[in-house]
Amino acid sequence: MNNRPMFLNLLQISFPITAIASILHRLSGILIFLLLPFLLYALQLTVSSEQSFQSLQKFLSINWVKFTLWGSLSAICYHLLAGIRHILMDIGLGESKCMAKISAAITILFSILLAVLIGYKLC
Amino acid sequence: MLKTATGLGRSGLQDWLWQRVSAVIIGFYTLYVLQFWWLSSTHSYESWLSFFTSSFGKIFTLTTIVAIAVHAWIGMWTITTDYIKCLAIRLSAQLCIIFSLFFYIGWGIVILWH
Repeated sequence: MNNRPMFLNLLQISFPITAIASILHRLSGILIFLLLPFLLYALQLTVSSEQSFQSLQKFLSINWVKFTLWGSLSAICYHLLAGIRHILMDIGLGESKCMAKISAAITILFSILLAVLIGYKLC
Repeated sequence: MLKTATGLGRSGLQDWLWQRVSAVIIGFYTLYVLQFWWLSSTHSYESWLSFFTSSFGKIFTLTTIVAIAVHAWIGMWTITTDYIKCLAIRLSAQLCIIFSLFFYIGWGIVILWH
């Protein structure tokens, strides 16, 4: 084990697309965990009174807030799609290496598409 | 077999199952909220309020908050165990995560039944 060559330059290692899909799943999961208090606070504002509902709507129309919201919703969509891919593999669909690569690419492409759609809806 | 990995299920296999079941609940809830956001033409306060505070909305929302806590705990446990090697830092981080997740469940109940 100790005699094996080690090459861990993160800038030069080329990751297979399945590894990228996996690390994005983890990163989006951490991001969503950090978002939870903001989501709960937003829910609280929207249901507590009409005034706070409208003030949140106003807040969400600020450009940088909109951009943050877009990023958050995109992360949620990616996490959801990557999760569906996982469950499909759990029931035995697309477990081969080749299919895993294809489904990883489909997951990433679909979430980019959804991110564009959400951006369009938010504009 | 790994015994009581996260302390949530009685085995690693049970954690795996909890993660999947909670994921499915959260997934359906996401679709439920998304279709409302996408299809609702008015986005008025009244329609939003009744969407979340109807009996069904309350129960589904609280179930999802609990599912999120379960799901986030298994996920964050896995990630902290993978990347934080120092035991003291890892346990402190995991304690903070558990504390915040319990806090979110309580907060969710307060929001829905205020």
